[in-house]
Amino acid sequence: MKILATVKRVPDPETSIKVKPDGSGIVADNIKWVVNPFDEIAVEESLRIKEKVAGSEVVLVSVGAKVAQEQLRTGLAMGADRAILVVAEDGLEPLAVARVLVKVIESEQPDLVVMGKQSIDDDSNAVGQMAAELLGWPQATFASKLELAGDQKTATVTREVDGGLETLSFPLPGIVTTDLRLNEPRYASLPGIMKARKKELKEIEVGALGVDVAPKARLVKMEPPPKRQAGKKVASVEELVHLLHTEAKVI
Amino acid sequence: MSAPDYYDLEALLTAEERLTRDTVRAFVEQECLPLIEGCFSREEFPRQLIPRLGELGVFGANLKGYGCAGMNNVAYGLVMQELERGDSGLRSMASVQGGLAMYAIYAYGAEEQKRRWLPPMARGEAIGCFGLTEPDHGSDPGGMEARARQVGDEWVLSGVKRWITNGSIADVAIVWAKTTPDDEIRGFLVERGTPGYGAHDLKGKFSLRASITSELVLEDVRLPASAILPGVAGLKGPFGCLNQARYGIVWGAIGAAMACYETALDYALNRVQFDRPIAGFQLVQQKLVDMITEITKAQLLAHRLGILKDEGRVRAQQVSLAKRNNVGQALHTARLARDILGANGIVNAYPVIRHMLNLETVNTYEGTYDMHTLIVGRDLTGLDAVR
Ligand SMILES: Cc1cc2nc3c(=O)[nH]c(=O)nc-3n(C[C@H](O)[C@H](O)[C@H](O)COP(=O)(O)OP(=O)(O)OC[C@H]3O[C@@H](n4cnc5c(N)ncnc54)[C@H](O)[C@@H]3O)c2cc1C
Repeated sequence: MKILATVKRVPDPETSIKVKPDGSGIVADNIKWVVNPFDEIAVEESLRIKEKVAGSEVVLVSVGAKVAQEQLRTGLAMGADRAILVVAEDGLEPLAVARVLVKVIESEQPDLVVMGKQSIDDDSNAVGQMAAELLGWPQATFASKLELAGDQKTATVTREVDGGLETLSFPLPGIVTTDLRLNEPRYASLPGIMKARKKELKEIEVGALGVDVAPKARLVKMEPPPKRQAGKKVASVEELVHLLHTEAKVI
Repeated sequence: MSAPDYYDLEALLTAEERLTRDTVRAFVEQECLPLIEGCFSREEFPRQLIPRLGELGVFGANLKGYGCAGMNNVAYGLVMQELERGDSGLRSMASVQGGLAMYAIYAYGAEEQKRRWLPPMARGEAIGCFGLTEPDHGSDPGGMEARARQVGDEWVLSGVKRWITNGSIADVAIVWAKTTPDDEIRGFLVERGTPGYGAHDLKGKFSLRASITSELVLEDVRLPASAILPGVAGLKGPFGCLNQARYGIVWGAIGAAMACYETALDYALNRVQFDRPIAGFQLVQQKLVDMITEITKAQLLAHRLGILKDEGRVRAQQVSLAKRNNVGQALHTARLARDILGANGIVNAYPVIRHMLNLETVNTYEGTYDMHTLIVGRDLTGLDAVR
């Protein structure tokens, strides 16, 4: 079975992000970059399938700047077999990324594509759905459980929806996007890190794919959330209740 | 997941080295830190972590082949740093396993011994210990009393080894003993369960409590001829291993110092006395500056030492200088941090007192601070002040 998993380079969720003074983006220097946590779950899920289904291959794909090599190497160190980096400027819109992925999927012809449900930087939650639509493939988003039939021809996915669980079944090939509870990603091992160095990492220039990646929207401005105001200490419960009525107006 | 890096050491590291460090850091933060205060207070080692550390590949990570990761020495050093940022006991377990026990077999063992022991030890399925120190012979191991005599095809070992890390949980002990009658120091592999061989734990430590420290007793232990390490004779055998493990300590001590510095900085910024954060007082700032200065110097020393080691031209005296400095300064840093935390500096709600107490051991084992002074002093002057 061939599984394609996506990997996006994003700022570490634990780094404190600063917005550039002119609001044109974030300050990219001196921040730590990691694999998008939902993509890490996608890689882990792909590796678990590979461990169950003999002869499987896990191929990683990233769309972005050359430095995203580092995140692909992380996925290779976790155990993926090879990686493809479509070199493009950072910040492509979801539809552009979906179009690029479709090209890669058409040439790789995987049985299953596993992607993060969203990347934690832009929070678009769109690429998986768009790629499935462009391919005409079935999709199951927000997966909290993924099972394959014995013949690996169908996938059954449990999704966490408001107030309960929904179970979908569809024929492969298809696209699954991962939610937080699907699995707990493994740590890359040190021998894995050493082996990753020798694994294939193919680079493709986005121009060579002949897809339209021109932006449709223009970034007007980024601004940090307003600073939190200092709290107020109250002397008694009576005063608290009074202020909740009169000042906060919440009760 | 930050760490003090005042001189942008990050820029000297390769992507692989950074990934190695970040992987071990995440493992320590998520899997070890939640357990460690409890282990320290109960005086026990978190044994459940051993197979997981094996899976991660930290044991003997700078050795090549036999299931070892084969990393360069900077990456290996960063692994030690991150383990000791958790606890010196954790790093000690890995140092003894990889730097002392596995290395002894790797460097001096017969092919058969390597194949038998190194792969399961790398996986953490077999545990090793290293018995050099005796009750009456510490800094001067050349005076050891443990004896090995040859009877027919067998070796018969007797003696006592004390202060042995991992002793009671070890599947194989590397025991150094003098042969009779030719008085030569040789290494032997003693397996758990061999008649006449036993290990019991030393309790009542105030330092390195989350680590197993044992006494090994050997009473006429009969070993096959194949139990001897064929590749080395003399003190250079154990010293070669110590040199390997000391290199790891050079980095490990930085990890403990980092944990103390970060805790102290954070505490000083938030603790208000006389209407302002104590970090605003000159005396406190001086302590913080001293701490980051020593950490920075230690990092640069360790990094350069790693490169010399990779280039195969590191000298034992250079390792001594760095072990002496980095551990001595880590201990100093820990004491400053403890001071900045005031009363909170003596309770286990903060990691500082634990690191400080641990570093007392680290300053003593693998050659005391003063012994390394004498080693470097002898190197500089050509005059031996040890005897
Ligand atoms: C927790 C722990 C774990 C350990 N694990 C191991 C292990 O796994 N395997 C192992 O073999 N050993 C182990 N050791 C032993 C350790 O290596 C020894 O404690 C160390 O070598 C010092 O020996 P000693 O304690 O006998 O001190 P001593 O040698 O008695 O030294 C006492 C003091 O005298 C000083 N001194 C000695 N000689 C001189 C001199 N010539 N000039 C000036 N000063 C001198 C020393 O610097 C020191 O300050 C461990 C120790 C501890 C505490």
